[in-house]
Amino acid sequence: MELYEYSASELSGMLSKREISSVELTKSVLKRADDTEPKIDAYLRIDPEMSLKMAENADKLIASGEASSRLAGIPVGIKDNISTRGIPTTCASKMLENYVPVFNATVVDKLVSAGCVISGKLNMDEFAMGSSTETSYFKTTKNPFDLSCVPGGSSGGSAAAVSSGSAVVALGSDTGGSIRQPASLCGIVGLKPTYGSVSRYGLVAFASSLDQIGPFGRTVRDVALLQDEIQGRDPMDATSAQRSYTSLFDSIDGNIKGLKIGIPKEYFGKGIKPEVAKSVTDSVERLKSLGAEVMPISLPSTDYALSAYYIIACAEASSNLARFDGVKYGYRAKDCDGLIDMYEKTRSEGFGREVKRRIMLGTFVLSSGYFDAYYKKAKLLQKRIQREFADAFGSVDVIITPTSPSEAFKIGDRISDPLSMYAADICTVTVNIAGLPAVSVPCGYSSEGLPYGMQIIGRKFDEKTVLNTALAHENAFGGFRRPEL
Amino acid sequence: MIKGYEVVVGLEIHAELNTKTKIYCSCRNSFGLEVNTQVCPICLGMPGTLPTLNEKVVEYAIKMGHALNCSINRICKQDRKNYFYPDLPKSYQISQADIPLCHDGYLDVIMDGGEIKRIGVERIHIEEDAGKLLHSDKFDGSLVDFNRCGVPLIEIVSRPDMRSSAEAKAYLETVRSILKYIDISDCKMQEGSIRCDVNVSVHKPGEPFGTRCEMKNVNSFSAAVRGIDYEANRQIEILEAGGEVVQETRRWDDQKGMSVSMRSKEDAQDYRYFPEPDLLTIVVPEEKVRELKETLPELPNAKIMRYVRDFGLSHSDAAMIVDVVEKSAFFESCIAAGCKSPKLLSNWVLGEISKFMNEGTAISDTKLTPEKLSELIGLIADGKISTAAAKTVFDIIVRENRDIASIIEEKGLAQVSDQTALEAIADSVLAENEKSVSDYKAGKTNALGYLVGQCMKASKGKANPGAMKEIILKKIGG
Repeated sequence: MELYEYSASELSGMLSKREISSVELTKSVLKRADDTEPKIDAYLRIDPEMSLKMAENADKLIASGEASSRLAGIPVGIKDNISTRGIPTTCASKMLENYVPVFNATVVDKLVSAGCVISGKLNMDEFAMGSSTETSYFKTTKNPFDLSCVPGGSSGGSAAAVSSGSAVVALGSDTGGSIRQPASLCGIVGLKPTYGSVSRYGLVAFASSLDQIGPFGRTVRDVALLQDEIQGRDPMDATSAQRSYTSLFDSIDGNIKGLKIGIPKEYFGKGIKPEVAKSVTDSVERLKSLGAEVMPISLPSTDYALSAYYIIACAEASSNLARFDGVKYGYRAKDCDGLIDMYEKTRSEGFGREVKRRIMLGTFVLSSGYFDAYYKKAKLLQKRIQREFADAFGSVDVIITPTSPSEAFKIGDRISDPLSMYAADICTVTVNIAGLPAVSVPCGYSSEGLPYGMQIIGRKFDEKTVLNTALAHENAFGGFRRPEL
Repeated sequence: MIKGYEVVVGLEIHAELNTKTKIYCSCRNSFGLEVNTQVCPICLGMPGTLPTLNEKVVEYAIKMGHALNCSINRICKQDRKNYFYPDLPKSYQISQADIPLCHDGYLDVIMDGGEIKRIGVERIHIEEDAGKLLHSDKFDGSLVDFNRCGVPLIEIVSRPDMRSSAEAKAYLETVRSILKYIDISDCKMQEGSIRCDVNVSVHKPGEPFGTRCEMKNVNSFSAAVRGIDYEANRQIEILEAGGEVVQETRRWDDQKGMSVSMRSKEDAQDYRYFPEPDLLTIVVPEEKVRELKETLPELPNAKIMRYVRDFGLSHSDAAMIVDVVEKSAFFESCIAAGCKSPKLLSNWVLGEISKFMNEGTAISDTKLTPEKLSELIGLIADGKISTAAAKTVFDIIVRENRDIASIIEEKGLAQVSDQTALEAIADSVLAENEKSVSDYKAGKTNALGYLVGQCMKASKGKANPGAMKEIILKKIGG
């Protein structure tokens, strides 16, 4: 077994006992990337020299006995919308093709000081807008289980890299499902933490009130390890929550006796592929056999969630992306006739179709005369959805749904039909709207061998129960199934 | 009233707050430093950065709210105002839209004649300033200085309660004075730390308000006066010619003394305000609001009225002293140091002290102390020293830390009140000025002043002028 194949939890033990070095591990991961990248295209940038230097430093840190983190020496892939000092951070957009940040995102600072190794910057949908990585300006990432399929998105590069072994764990961001849906499509574990539990400082904003950085791993414990490292209050992010954070890794044991699971009927009917629904139902049965109680619940506003989501997300995006105007950094169109022309050409040429579509939608819903009819109503709906979840969590501990209505779809199938693409988020957006934590775990495979994912949603800041349920399922169902490449 | 029309004026004042750091980052908030040095990724709006609110800004704004008798929204939010301009790095300004921090207050303005005019204050909200565009001969295009980005501002919006440019000026001056007294703004117009937009309409008395025009780029209080007068006259001319005033935003060109149209109501920008998702709801504890009210210093209007009432100063003298915080503070220190004559003190503060302050010297830059000035004024009031001699002493105690008695001694400045000595002077002066004596006797009373003046001159300024005058009158039989 090659080093890149081990889980982070296993590697952590091997590193701390100095059975292996971070340099050896990093070389193994880089070598794996060399082999898989021509097929997968998960990374936008790999800098072996930088990674190996970080690995050498990690080895020194571990040797000195001063490594305080279990992730010291472990290579972590980083989605390309998370700011890395001195390393281009493009958001997979022509607009930021040559943008090199002068500062690290808080999560990157945390990983660097923990002694992690950055394995590279990962592909994504442009500005995290998309569910397939097909809106990336640079390339489309392929699903490791079927190279003709999408890996999901927007954090498709992160999911594909972890799934194919070119990263041990990775960071993604999730605004409407961008961690969970690609985790589901690539057969791995992805956690969208509670809004406010991970600092957004340095995450290039798509929709500020919904965005959250989170971890990908091949095992539940790996996801817990990485979440332990990145969670916590950050004074640089006013929306990060002031509370005490305990180690998830240490507090999960897979015992779910007496756990109350709610099954919302709205997530198993229209628009959900029956095979996916069945695979999730079967998994819930497994959990039941482990001692959980299962009860039907209802989240009646679910039908409106997708509309509310796209209104709120696009509204915020239209404002967040306004700073890309050609004045200070990033792309600037040539041969412009004055300021307005420079703005128009820069933004017309620098952004891709999907980004422009969402900026226009967002601009529209915030316009005077339309604000009340769209944005305000969507915010009211958000309150209602939050209330419905809160009510449900009065009687259950977790809510389980499919992560994605179907397994991975073919590259090119949906890119010209935005509504079918938006439907890929139908099970995940409510969680962002409600600000809750949710994990996606593999729960079955299609007849073609493509993974299905199950979403476990928890109470605010109750990542522990969410991951504990996931761990119980992982123990019962079997772990990560490596794609054949 | 101009030509039978009533002028209606409303003002929006933007004041930069003098907090140590900017509103959403820890960059220094100071003016005049090298371009693009007081910046960081946050105030440059670099991708991924987030604002965090400087709580001092909220406190400063609430202080102003209290000073302008506003209600305070203890719970309020911040909103994004979206528009593109190169000096606005995020392409939105964080401001407050529908729920301002302070609202529904008023300000009583004392007009020149002493009558009080109450001006309504609609709202005060907090927001961030933008950068500045610079132009250079060496470079064909615009350059941006981002130092000012994120400097905290309050916007104070009045109700349309002013009826003349004079009232507008008085309002502006009072607001500025309050900002200085509660020490939340440097109020330097030339540095742009206080700016205003002017709304003007005209109508015939008894008729509804006319269509208003907003004027931007008003960079001084005198420009505001000129702008309002120009705009009112422009609108009256249109109406008199049978035309209609168009609602629009105009730009005041102070050099040309005229306003030009910037954009009409139809072209008005849609700022697409929405709640700033990167910041939490502002919640100010009730105790904090109360505490800020209790720590408010005596405000300028109250001060003026107290000076008039307690010290017998004229309204205009009191206003002039109060207008400058350092003058007023020094004035009050002298009173506290036991100064016998507030009126004389007022003359000195507005005379000699203002003279050197106008040249850019602060009182604190000199050796002058309230105790010394009070002692000097005491000597004048007691007739121990003449005003002229006092000026000599003053010039010395401004520069040197010296004992007044020793200066008087050394320079021989003590006033002569001794009857015999004064009579001797009078005798010799009268003997040399027979013509004036006869003029006086013939009814030319101003000859007396001349004679007293000659005596003072003969005494080298040391004679007590009051006593001198009495002696001469006695001698020439007045």
